[in-house]
Amino acid sequence: MIKLIRRRILFSIPLLFFVCSTTYFLEALIPGSIAQTILGIDATPQEYAAVNHSLGLDLPFLQRYWNWIFNALHGHLGNSLYNSQPVSLLINQRLEATFSVVICCTLVCLIFGVTFGVISALRGGLMDRLLDGISAIGLAIPPFFLGVVLVQLLALKFHIFPAIGYVSLSHSLSGWFNSMALPVITLSLSGIAVITKQTRDAMRDVLDRPFIRTLKSNGVPLRSVVFKHALRNASIPVVTVVGLVFVGILSGTVLVETVFAIPGLGGLAVSATSTSDIPLIQGIVVYFTLIVIAVNLVVDILYGFLNPRIRNS
Amino acid sequence: MSDVVELQGATEGTDNKNESFMRALMRRPSVVAAIIVLMVLTIASIFAPLLAPFDPKAMDFSTILNYPTSKNWLGTDTMGRDVLSRLLFGGRRSLLSVVEGVSVALTLGVPIGLLAGYLGGWTDRIISRFVEMLLSIPAIILVLVVFSVLPRNENIAMVTFGVLSISTPIRVVRAATLQVTGELYITAARVSGLSHLRIVLRHVLPRVRGPIIVQGTLFCAYALLFEIGIAFLGLTGGTVDPSWGGMIGEGTKVIVQQRWLIYPPGVLSIIVILSFSIIGNTIRDVVVKDETVSQQRNSRLAKKSFSALTPSGSTDDGYLLSVTGLEVKHPTNNGDVTIVDGVTFAIRAGETVGLVGESGCGKSVSALAVLRLLPGALEMTGGGVSFEGQEITGLSDKEFNRLRGSTFAYISQEPQASLDPTFTISSLLCEVIRSHEKLTRAEAKQRAIELLALVELPDPERVARLHAYELSGGMAQRVGIALALAGRPKLLIADEPTTALDVTVQSEILALLRRLQSETGMAILLITHNWGVVSDLCDRTLVMYAGQIVEQSSAQSLFDQPLHPYTQGLLNSLPALSTTHGHLSAISGSVPPPGTWPVGCRFAQRCPHATAACEEGQIPLVSVRTNRESRCMRSDEIFPSEGR
Repeated sequence: MIKLIRRRILFSIPLLFFVCSTTYFLEALIPGSIAQTILGIDATPQEYAAVNHSLGLDLPFLQRYWNWIFNALHGHLGNSLYNSQPVSLLINQRLEATFSVVICCTLVCLIFGVTFGVISALRGGLMDRLLDGISAIGLAIPPFFLGVVLVQLLALKFHIFPAIGYVSLSHSLSGWFNSMALPVITLSLSGIAVITKQTRDAMRDVLDRPFIRTLKSNGVPLRSVVFKHALRNASIPVVTVVGLVFVGILSGTVLVETVFAIPGLGGLAVSATSTSDIPLIQGIVVYFTLIVIAVNLVVDILYGFLNPRIRNS
Repeated sequence: MSDVVELQGATEGTDNKNESFMRALMRRPSVVAAIIVLMVLTIASIFAPLLAPFDPKAMDFSTILNYPTSKNWLGTDTMGRDVLSRLLFGGRRSLLSVVEGVSVALTLGVPIGLLAGYLGGWTDRIISRFVEMLLSIPAIILVLVVFSVLPRNENIAMVTFGVLSISTPIRVVRAATLQVTGELYITAARVSGLSHLRIVLRHVLPRVRGPIIVQGTLFCAYALLFEIGIAFLGLTGGTVDPSWGGMIGEGTKVIVQQRWLIYPPGVLSIIVILSFSIIGNTIRDVVVKDETVSQQRNSRLAKKSFSALTPSGSTDDGYLLSVTGLEVKHPTNNGDVTIVDGVTFAIRAGETVGLVGESGCGKSVSALAVLRLLPGALEMTGGGVSFEGQEITGLSDKEFNRLRGSTFAYISQEPQASLDPTFTISSLLCEVIRSHEKLTRAEAKQRAIELLALVELPDPERVARLHAYELSGGMAQRVGIALALAGRPKLLIADEPTTALDVTVQSEILALLRRLQSETGMAILLITHNWGVVSDLCDRTLVMYAGQIVEQSSAQSLFDQPLHPYTQGLLNSLPALSTTHGHLSAISGSVPPPGTWPVGCRFAQRCPHATAACEEGQIPLVSVRTNRESRCMRSDEIFPSEGR
C-alpha cells in the first residue's frame, strides 16, 4: 500500500511538469503579450521594454522558464497583471467556494449514483430503462443551461433557494447550505448518471460471480449477500470512476460558477482568460492539476482499502 | 493461399454483418428520429443563408425581447435580432466545431490506439501511461489557456480540445484491436509475411470500425456540449456572430426581464446532443446485443411459474431429497429452450450419489435448480423437490433461504472464485456460522478455526487471516468445504469439486469428503464426469444425457454391466475400464445442445446400436433388473442379463 502511494506520487510529478510546461510554452509563444496586456497597445517601445525588464521577460526563454519553475516550487506564482496582487493569494481566497461545490457534488453523485445503480441492478426492467432515459438526458443537458432554468424556476419563481451568490461556511451553515443547493444540483446530474451506470454494471457483474452462489447456498441472508458482499466488491470499479467524475465536476465549475456568481476558482479562471492575465491563468492551471492529483491519490488509497490484493502487495 | 481466402472471407463477413446491422438500427424509432434531426440540422445549417427569414445580425431596437410572433417565429433577442435566424447561423459554427474536435481526436487517437493494441509490449505500456495522464487533466482549463493567448480563436480551441480528448478513442481502439489481434486469421496473416501496415489497414481496421463509429458519435455529443460551454462563457465569437452557447449566455443576462430567450438555443442544444448519444448508444447496444432476455423477465416468470408448479404427491418417505419431473428452461427471444427435461431422482440419508455425464448435459443446472440458484435467465418451469418428505418447491424465498446451509449445502467447481475476495477467510466463515447459530463473535471465530482444522488445513489460525487470493486451489476448496459444513447440512451438493485441482490434490479432497461423510453421516450428491471419483466414493450413480437421466443404478453394477449405450460409451472412453473391445473408444460426435434435441432417443445419432424405431417417439425411463433404470428401448437386446 505504502509502495503504491509512493509510486502514485512519483507518477504525478511528470504529470504536473507536463501540464505546467505545456501551459508555459503555450503562453511564451506570443512574446510581448504580457507587456501589452499591462500597458495596452498605445505604449511606446521604451515603456514595453521597461515592463519586460522589470518582469524579467527580456531574459532568454529557458532562463525565464527556469525562474518560473524555481519560484513556483517555492510557492511564488507571480503577480496578477490585472491588479498586481500575488496569484497565490487571489487563488487561495477562491478555494473555499470551489471546494464546497466540488466536494458536495462528489458526495451527492456518490450517494445518488450508488443508490440508483443498486436499485437498477436488482430490479432491472422498467426501472432500468427509466434510469437509462434519465441519465441520457442528464448527460445531454448543458449544465449552465440547467443552472439558469433552475434559477428561473426554484429561485425567481418559487423562491425556494437563493438565485445566486455564495455564503461562506464560517458565516452561516444554513446560508451556506442554501447557496450550495442550486449549483450542486446543476453540476451533479451528469456525475449521478455516470456513477449509476457504473454501479449497475458492476453490481450485475458481481452478482453473477461464483462466490455469490456460495454465500447464498450456505445460508447467508440475502440482505448481507447483496449489501455487504456484492456492494463491497462492486464498489471497487465504482471508485475508479469517481476520480473521473470529480475531474468532470471541477471542469464544470468553470462553466457554472459564473451562472451562480460563486466566487470560486472556475469563475476566476474565466475572468483571467478574458483579461489575458497570464500569470493568474498559469497559477490556476497549477492548482487545478494539484487538486486532481490529490483526488486521484485519495481514489487510489480507497481502491487499495477496498481491494485486499492491492492493499497487501 | 488458403490464408488469403480465409482473410477475404473474414472481411466479407464483416460487410454482410454491417448490412443487417444497419437494418437493426433502422428498426428503432428513436434512432430514426435522431438521424432525421441531425440530417435536417445539417442541411438547415448549410443552407442557412437561403432559409433564414432575416439577417442574423440585423438589429431592430423597436422589437427587442419579443416572445414568438408570426413574424419572428422564435421571438427576438436583446437587440431585436430574429432568434430563429440566429439559431440557423449559429448551427453552422457549432457543427463546424464538432467536426473539428472529432476529426482531430479520431485522426490522432485511432492510429495511436491501433499501434498500442497491435504492437503491445513497451509501446502499449508507454501509451497507456500517457492516456492515464491525459485523463486526469481537465481539458477546459487548458483550453482557457489557449483562449488567454489567442483570444476568440475557436478553431484552435477546438483543435486543442480534440488533442486533449484523444485518450478515450485510444482506449477504445486499443481494446478492440487487442481482441482482433488475438484472433487466428491475424496470426495467420502475420505468419504468411504480410507487412504490418497492410495487416492493420486491411484486416484490423475494418474489424475495429464499430467501436470507432460508436466512440466518434458519442464524442460528437461531448464536443458539442463543450463548444456550447465555451461560447456560453463568451470566449468565442462575441455578441455579433451567433452561436448557440452565446445565445444562452445572452438569455441568461436578461433572465429576470424575459424568461423565453434561453429556451430556443438551450432546448435545441439538448435535442442535438441527445441525438448524437442515442445513435452512439444504440449502435453499441446492437453491436454487443446478446440474445438473453433481461433478468427482470426471468425473476417475474420464475415467481409466476413457481406458484403454478404442481407439488408432486410422490414424496417417497425414507428419502432425504427427492426430485420429481424437474424441468428447467431458458427463455430466449425465439421461445423457451428446455435445458433439463423431467429429471427424477432421490437420495437417502447418508448416501453418496454420483451424477455423471459429459459437459452440457444439464447436471449442474439440475443441482442448482434444487438449490434455487439457477444462473441468469434460467428458470425452473416444472417438477417438485421435497426434503425429508416435505415439499419445498412452494416455499417463499425467505423460507427457502433458511434451508440453505443447514439442510443442504453446496461446493462448486471453482474453489477460488467461490470465496468473496474482499473478506478474510475468518470473516467469511464467521458470517456463515452466525447465520446458522446464535454465537458471539469470539465463539464463531473459535468454531471457524475448528472447521478449518476439520477440513485438515495445516495452521488453521494462519489460514483464517488470509484472503482467497492467497490460497492455493486445494486450500480454497477445503475452505469451501468448511463453509459448507458450517451449517451442519444433511446433504452436500458437490459440483465437480476436484475438476480444477491437481491430480494429487484431487485425491486428498476426495479422501477428505469420504472421511467427513463417515463422521457426519451427511448425504452427498456428487456431480462429476470422472469415473474414478464415482468408483471411489459413490453408492449409486445417475447418468445424464441431453437434459435427461438415461440410467440409474448402484455404482458397482453400473461398472459391471452398463444398461445404456451412452453409459457404455462413457465407460469405454476410460482407459482402465475399456477392456470390452480391447481398445480405447470414445463416443463420436458431441452432446446436442438444448433446443436441438430430437423427438426420439436423444443419443440415437451417436449410438452404435440405434435403429429406426429409436428415433420414432419419446423413450421412457424404465425399470430394468433389480433397482435399475435405463432409458434405452433395446437395453435387453444389447446388454444380455448374463453380464460380461
